[in-house]
Amino acid sequence: MANNPPNGHSGQVMDSDDMRRALTRIAHEIIERNKGAEKLAIIGIRRKGAPLAYRLAELIGRIEGAKVPVGVLDITLYRDDIATRQPAVGTTDIPFEVTGRVIVLVDEVIYTGRTIRSALDALMDHGRPAAIQLAVLVDRGHRELPIRPDYVGKNIPTSRSEMVDVQLTEIDGADRVCIRKQRA
Amino acid sequence: MTSLEQINEATEKLVAAEPTHDGAKTSRLKRKDILGLQEMTAEEIELILQTAISFKDLLGRQIKKVPTLRGRSVITLFYEASTRTRTSFEIAAKILSADTSSIAVASSSVAKGESFKDTILTLRAMKPDVFIIRHGASGAPHFAASLMPESVINAGDGMHEHPSQGLLDMLTILEAKGRLDGLTVAIVGDILHSRVARSNLWGLTKMGAKVRLVGPKTLMPPEVDKLPVEVYTDIEEGIRGVDVVNVLRIQLERMQKGLFPSIREYSKFFGITRDRLKLAKDDAIVMHPGPMNRGVEIMPDVADSEISMVETQVTNGVAVRMALLYLLLGGGPADVAA
Repeated sequence: MANNPPNGHSGQVMDSDDMRRALTRIAHEIIERNKGAEKLAIIGIRRKGAPLAYRLAELIGRIEGAKVPVGVLDITLYRDDIATRQPAVGTTDIPFEVTGRVIVLVDEVIYTGRTIRSALDALMDHGRPAAIQLAVLVDRGHRELPIRPDYVGKNIPTSRSEMVDVQLTEIDGADRVCIRKQRA
Repeated sequence: MTSLEQINEATEKLVAAEPTHDGAKTSRLKRKDILGLQEMTAEEIELILQTAISFKDLLGRQIKKVPTLRGRSVITLFYEASTRTRTSFEIAAKILSADTSSIAVASSSVAKGESFKDTILTLRAMKPDVFIIRHGASGAPHFAASLMPESVINAGDGMHEHPSQGLLDMLTILEAKGRLDGLTVAIVGDILHSRVARSNLWGLTKMGAKVRLVGPKTLMPPEVDKLPVEVYTDIEEGIRGVDVVNVLRIQLERMQKGLFPSIREYSKFFGITRDRLKLAKDDAIVMHPGPMNRGVEIMPDVADSEISMVETQVTNGVAVRMALLYLLLGGGPADVAA
């Protein structure tokens, strides 16, 4: 990702202020929809959903004056494309009881919906949540499964040949979202 | 409150440990079979151990099942007695949702005189994806691997290797000590007959540990001076200052040849007692591949002490075998040359 060809750059669609505002709005929407933060827990999908989950939990906690539990879910073992590529297995870290909670699942981009499908399976194996809601920073369309996010930071219509690159301070050193042409 | 430091700390861990899902980095073993640690590189061993550590987390869950290897099938073909290795492989396969069939050789066509080759080819025609083979003849799994494109995992061949045991021992040491590099490991007992000793010494030396073989001269293999190890025939000298004592089973069934005068004498000169362990490092650990002959090679109070890793080894065995199956089968049909 780091060494994209210079002509493959098709521009930034969100900067760090846009991202902060979008996350703040999502945090308010989550609280509004769930009438508080009482039964709430936030779970980020490894890898870039994880820092977003921590940020949302922090924002919600600040607004509501409550501590919101955060977890990280690795979905490698639930993917449906292991036969074509074999990603390294990461670890799941959910330090609270899932059963009975309203879980907000967080990922940076929703595209085909297959990652979320895997994440739902993975989450169900940890217990029986009261409900699962989905928050994404970017919805880029092209769904292949009947899955729809409850909270969206920004809708970005894309073509399949494009790539949405979400960069986060915790991982990439800066907050921004860019669209890139995929290499032919 | 989730503090900023916590967030940063958590993400730092992510960045350090996790290759990206959508990036180019995938983990794949560049081989079709797991036959021994002698031919493996340090990088491959590292990959297996790291993958096993991730899988260990799964063993602690209430629902110990993931769909990763759904639709894959595993055959265990054991020509020698085994409970823990076979069960461990089966549990590992089942947690990953693979189907397992075990062939009990005593009640199979082997008893009717079918050759090893014919047995392999017949079972292969039933379309399994991986064979897990234990055989009394050194090299039997290698021969089976040469017959077919399907994967073979060596679950112990004669006096040659037992790679999954070597790997689980290394995982146990790695977890207890935080590293392998620079440690000194004493392997004590019947080195001659031990495939566990061979897999351990190849794996450990590749990962930068020093290995001592300790035992009576009659139980040392003839090629011992060509191995990258130090040899001790005195137990006290052998375990002095070591980080790990790995005690091998005295294979009573192989002891008809007068290699030592009596079990009692072996126990007196080489048995691991609390007193002898005081010579090792203060934080030394004791391991045993099982099944233990309590009171022969290891004293009961040592086996049950808090420095004994015996049960941890068994748990780690499942994690290591899950890693091997995932790394061999997860990548789809074997697309690498044998």
